[in-house]
Amino acid sequence: MSDELFVVEDLTVTTSTGRGPVDVVKNVSFTVGRDETLGIVGESGSGKSMTALAVLGLLPRGARTSGSVRLDGTELLGRSDRELRPIRGNAISMVFQDPLSSLNPYYTVGLQIEEMYRTHRGGSRKAARQVVIEALEQVRIPDAGRRIDQYPHQFSGGMRQRVMIAMALCCSPSLLIADEPTTALDVTVQAQILELLAELQSTTGTGMIFITHDLAVISSIAQRVLVMRSGDPVEYGTAEQVFSDPQHDYTRMLLDAVPRIDDEVAS
Amino acid sequence: MTLLQVQGVVKEFSTPGALGRKSTFTAVDDVSFDVELGETLAVVGESGSGKSTTARIAARLLEPTRGTVIFDGVDVTRARGKELARFRNDVQVVFQDPFSSLNPRYTVERIITAPLSYQGIKPAEGYRAAAQELMERVGLNPDHCQRYPAQFSGGQAQRIGIARALAVNPKLVICDEAVSALDVSIQAQVLELLMRLQAESGFSYIFIAHDLAVVRQICHRVAVMNQGRIVELGTREQVFGDPQDDYTRTLLAAVPRINPEWDAKRRQRKVTL
Repeated sequence: MSDELFVVEDLTVTTSTGRGPVDVVKNVSFTVGRDETLGIVGESGSGKSMTALAVLGLLPRGARTSGSVRLDGTELLGRSDRELRPIRGNAISMVFQDPLSSLNPYYTVGLQIEEMYRTHRGGSRKAARQVVIEALEQVRIPDAGRRIDQYPHQFSGGMRQRVMIAMALCCSPSLLIADEPTTALDVTVQAQILELLAELQSTTGTGMIFITHDLAVISSIAQRVLVMRSGDPVEYGTAEQVFSDPQHDYTRMLLDAVPRIDDEVAS
Repeated sequence: MTLLQVQGVVKEFSTPGALGRKSTFTAVDDVSFDVELGETLAVVGESGSGKSTTARIAARLLEPTRGTVIFDGVDVTRARGKELARFRNDVQVVFQDPFSSLNPRYTVERIITAPLSYQGIKPAEGYRAAAQELMERVGLNPDHCQRYPAQFSGGQAQRIGIARALAVNPKLVICDEAVSALDVSIQAQVLELLMRLQAESGFSYIFIAHDLAVVRQICHRVAVMNQGRIVELGTREQVFGDPQDDYTRTLLAAVPRINPEWDAKRRQRKVTL
């Protein structure tokens, strides 16, 4: 088995608009190794979320893809929903920006994680409940045995995002895609979630794709970085290369635009 | 000169409690601060800290439960009629989401000159020319004054909001998360614009934001809020360089940073190029 867990080659996503087809992702290639985090960074409209959705076959109707997306050597692109269903949430899982819109308000969080676990792994509800409690403990939700029977609105924003991470990790995926998972959170909560993700990754060896617009967040979590702009891959390299010796004007401009908390500021 | 004094302001909201009983929630708890003419005071805090409620009270968009707001030496806490109208002329607000704060059915010209017509001011050179002059000041193409908000990008739309705020020559502009929704490159441009406009016209800002790195670019003084109270208030140099309060320290430590070693290397390269 090669080191490369996940390989994307020449991925292009075309959506149809009123004015004809538009390439929203153009010839994007990257790899994610086991235990590695790839950061995809870009401004709005750069195609970073579309890339993630394309990988899981979750694109809006009418979108077409070309290229190759392989997990452990298995081609995923062009597969039907039926073929992808056992992979989604199982081998590849995803955490989105807004946990409130991803969780069903009418069901307890325990039931929602359990449903997902039993869909992929089967087994009794009783056994699944134990797995869910462990998953909630793993993401440091205090008093997991009681919290499992609570509803999403009874959790704070940071705790909800922990629930989403527990759900994403309960089937031990080989790849986790996190799309702006900390963007809606307060800065102190964001720091806790980033720490949690890094720690879980080092214990489980899950490969991760971390999508964000925030370069500082990328710098603290990713080993490799892909910079995107209007669907184009602008720059791709190790985090150290991209941050210390960017090759492209756009990357340089982005880095210059980030407001700093520690530097001298001209007054 | 002290332009605005907020003294011991408290804001309570009633929330429906159990069995039809009402309970009160204190969003702002005994907050006091001054704003000097020409300075930028930033108010920072996490969600629920009371920073936006404080801004709304300072703008008289909300009435405080207790406390006073004094503007230009006049107590405006319960101002009505003409007095309130004068205050509304001197204090303008720029909101976070430019699209929801601009009427989609009005042209830019009509949006920008609305404060003038509310105040009954007829510009000598006419509304069109006034709108175009304001558009030029904020870096928009004046030929686009007949367009609608939807025809502009997010950054441009925020410039429209800023132009509208400037139409009546305010003494105080309150920016409530005015750059938070913008991409980082656009954010840098809008911050620069805000600072240039202040240098040109000498008005004050109250700058509400959750992003400490952004605040640090623009403010002279900063108030840190937590759970409805100001926990620390000082100059930018003091609060960012030598924070006194534990909460301020926690907040500053949590801000994600670009790896400083990599950043230093990059700048080194930039200089030698």
